[in-house]
Amino acid sequence: MKRLLALLAALLLAACASPGLRGTGDLGLVIERASGSVLVVDTTARAILGRVEGLGDLSHASAVFSRDGRFAYVFGRDGGLTQVDLLERKIAGRIIQAGNSIGGAISQDGRLVAAQNYQPGGVKVFDAGTLELLADIPAAWDDGKKLSKVVGLADVPGNKFAFALFDAGEIWVADLAEPRQPKLAKFRGAGSQPYDGMVTPDGRYFIAGLFGEDGLALLDLWRPEQGARKILANYGKGQEKLPVFKMPHLRGWTVAGGRAYLPAIGKHEVLVVDTATWQEVGRIPVKGQPVFIMARPDGRQIWVNFAFPDYGQVQVIDTLEQKVVQTLAPGKAVLHMEFTPRGEAVWISARDDNRVVVYDTASFARLAELPAQSPSGIFFTSRAARIGF
Amino acid sequence: MGSGKPVRWVVACFFAGAMVAHDDAGAADPAPERAAELVRMVRQDCGSCHGLTLKGGLGPPLLPETLSEKPDESLRQTILHGRPGTPMPPWNAFMNEAEAGWIVRQLKQGFPEETRR
Repeated sequence: MKRLLALLAALLLAACASPGLRGTGDLGLVIERASGSVLVVDTTARAILGRVEGLGDLSHASAVFSRDGRFAYVFGRDGGLTQVDLLERKIAGRIIQAGNSIGGAISQDGRLVAAQNYQPGGVKVFDAGTLELLADIPAAWDDGKKLSKVVGLADVPGNKFAFALFDAGEIWVADLAEPRQPKLAKFRGAGSQPYDGMVTPDGRYFIAGLFGEDGLALLDLWRPEQGARKILANYGKGQEKLPVFKMPHLRGWTVAGGRAYLPAIGKHEVLVVDTATWQEVGRIPVKGQPVFIMARPDGRQIWVNFAFPDYGQVQVIDTLEQKVVQTLAPGKAVLHMEFTPRGEAVWISARDDNRVVVYDTASFARLAELPAQSPSGIFFTSRAARIGF
Repeated sequence: MGSGKPVRWVVACFFAGAMVAHDDAGAADPAPERAAELVRMVRQDCGSCHGLTLKGGLGPPLLPETLSEKPDESLRQTILHGRPGTPMPPWNAFMNEAEAGWIVRQLKQGFPEETRR
């Protein structure tokens, strides 16, 4: 009997220790948009570790990471904010914070998670540990009579968040040095219908793409007293616009080697902009209307995916040659791409083929294919350490 | 042609006839395969702005209660030709008028879910 007990105790100890210690630096999430689930993936093993379910409506969902890389905060369309434990592969916390949400950000110090909402239009700020609401920032405009949809939310240095107001055409910067008492700086007349925003990788410039007019709005966060100004205001002049079947996305990954690679709205082009002067220095023709334009972490390549109906393909631009050097067909309805932390591989989601394809970025060989249900966004923990992610 | 087909055709024609009689602006429903494509297009591609559940996003909600007051014809024109001054693009390169009309009717009744493949 005694021996049996000892054996049981030994087994129990082994079971408790069995998950083993591991880091999260090579982990990530794949959003399964239609089934309200996420896959936890390992980019070293190129494997799915498990599925976490119960995250609600994940169409247009995105994720940010706690700075220890253990938790993902997933922002769902239905206003759900879900904290996912990547190691235990379970939901650690979940709230419904709005009626209609479009993404979020985590603060410089990692203590605050902010969500940007369409309904009710505004930004809400939560304690990253407990998901307690700390600040509610309604995007009021038109003398406070209306609330604007909020887009382009990005964390910027100084524990601030910058974002744009789609309906109002404004850029706001919220200073959360005191989280329960946010201080707002509002830049009115920034531009018509901003559709998304980004902060440059150094945290200096916030840029909002404009749908309602040609050009982009640029705010120098080091010199905010200069206000928001228009850049590339003439890039579409005199040309007939093509209809836009999906809004492009902006993030800091579009900056490489002193140049920003930006989507031309309604055109089959990538615009190349010098980040010292913010002048256009070139245009690169591509297959379709760009949605994501992402630099490989070393900046040598730019990968581009496209809006409906050209979303079966992905193109690769060589930044030395400034032209497309590769066209790939990962599957039907390519929605997103994510580079491994140092960029030797890229993971691409093909929604209608229910798979994620992993490519070698040097040889363009297919390294792996992983099954996923209607996969959309792919997010790796390396985002935890980057400004604007 | 299989032995079951003529019967199915008769049934399809009967329903198509009933549809036309019921709603003179509309036409026959699209064939099941095409209908599935249209449902997928609305859920996924329209859904990128209007939301997968059509509760709205950058674009307004497309739920029966939000559309009930709007005339079918103006909704059909919006789908086919877009709305200038807004991000809504024209979809007439990807569907014909009858299919746009069918989508409007489905939206007003509560849009079907995609059938899982």
